[in-house]
Amino acid sequence: MASTVQFDLVSPERRLASFAATEVQIPGFLGDMTAMTGHASTITGLRPGVLRVIGTEGAKSYIVTGGFAEISATGVSVLAELAVPVEELTQAKLDVLIADACEAAAVNPDKDAADKAVADLMALKATALV
Amino acid sequence: MPSLKDLKNKIASVKNTRKITKAMQMVSAAKLRRAQDAAVAARPFAERMTAVMTALAAGVGTGEGAPKLLAGNGKDQVHLLVVMTSERGLCGGFNSSIVKLARVRANELVAQGKTVKFLTVGKKGREQLRRDWGQAFIGHVDMSEVKRLGYANAQGVAREAMAAFEHGEADVVTIFYNRFQSVIAQIPTMKQVIPAKFEADATTALYDYEPSEEAILADLLPRSIATQIFTALLENGASEQGARMSAMDNATRNAGDMITKYTTIYNRSRQAAITKELIEIISGAEAL
Repeated sequence: MASTVQFDLVSPERRLASFAATEVQIPGFLGDMTAMTGHASTITGLRPGVLRVIGTEGAKSYIVTGGFAEISATGVSVLAELAVPVEELTQAKLDVLIADACEAAAVNPDKDAADKAVADLMALKATALV
Repeated sequence: MPSLKDLKNKIASVKNTRKITKAMQMVSAAKLRRAQDAAVAARPFAERMTAVMTALAAGVGTGEGAPKLLAGNGKDQVHLLVVMTSERGLCGGFNSSIVKLARVRANELVAQGKTVKFLTVGKKGREQLRRDWGQAFIGHVDMSEVKRLGYANAQGVAREAMAAFEHGEADVVTIFYNRFQSVIAQIPTMKQVIPAKFEADATTALYDYEPSEEAILADLLPRSIATQIFTALLENGASEQGARMSAMDNATRNAGDMITKYTTIYNRSRQAAITKELIEIISGAEAL
């Protein structure tokens, strides 16, 4: 059996998932990264994207936006402002997300980052729901 | 002396009131459990967030180049007090205790020559503060339509507070809420959220940061403020139900006492009336 890390996915309202995983693919701020056991301690910001966790009982995917991931040698905790399991994702939900991001982008002083978040969500919409 | 019929009506009416307060108490008990569950469920996020923010804030420090939300804008002239109260009454001293704390703080600040502004969340606090501080209101967040408190509600409040800070309308933002301790004890609490304060912790682990410590800190600060407000709102929600529960419990007990008292009076007057009638009959018979 491959060695595992403790994976936690937490949203502000509740803990969404907590189980042992062999690898966690994180949509990091600077690009996707995969955390496995023995990873150097890292804190990375999240961009809107798909968080994929390969656990001992199969793989699970979540759509996450905003927050950060805390990686250590033995565990990965993802604190996302919003996290939705891919199975529960609908076109309508994504549209709401995009509308929210557009609204936030309009007032955000850091225009590049905000526009990037919108673009990431658009890309998600194009890929996640095919 | 009220008539027997009056007493009977009175007893019936107090019995009805008791039914209502009893029902309200039970509703509050159910809501309290839900509110407590929500507060417990939100705890892991808030705890982790605070831990990481503490590490980040310690690393970046409050020197030059630090984000304004952390270091402040160099002034502390204008204070914004965010007073969180409930939308409904009948919850004992819940709202008054928050408002009282906010008033004391506001008077203190005014005595120091500072300017005080208010942002109210929930109708009840606004009503109580309006007379003395009506001219200092800069906004109000209406929660009457909110059935189930979500993170989005907290973000709304946080956005207003941060907008005031960014536009230079406030230099320091403090929130006022009731911390839930138990059903009978809620502690009025004030907490400064902008500039953000984190207790320094010497035992933080070393991390690599992506993209950089500063960028993550700047990205997370607004979220951390929203999280703090969310935690406060949840605590407040649980406190409100707790306060209402004990207030309604008291009311139910008082109604019970009242019913006993009036029933005694009713029985006495009834007996007195019977005795009077008997005496009348007997003295009538004797007179014959």
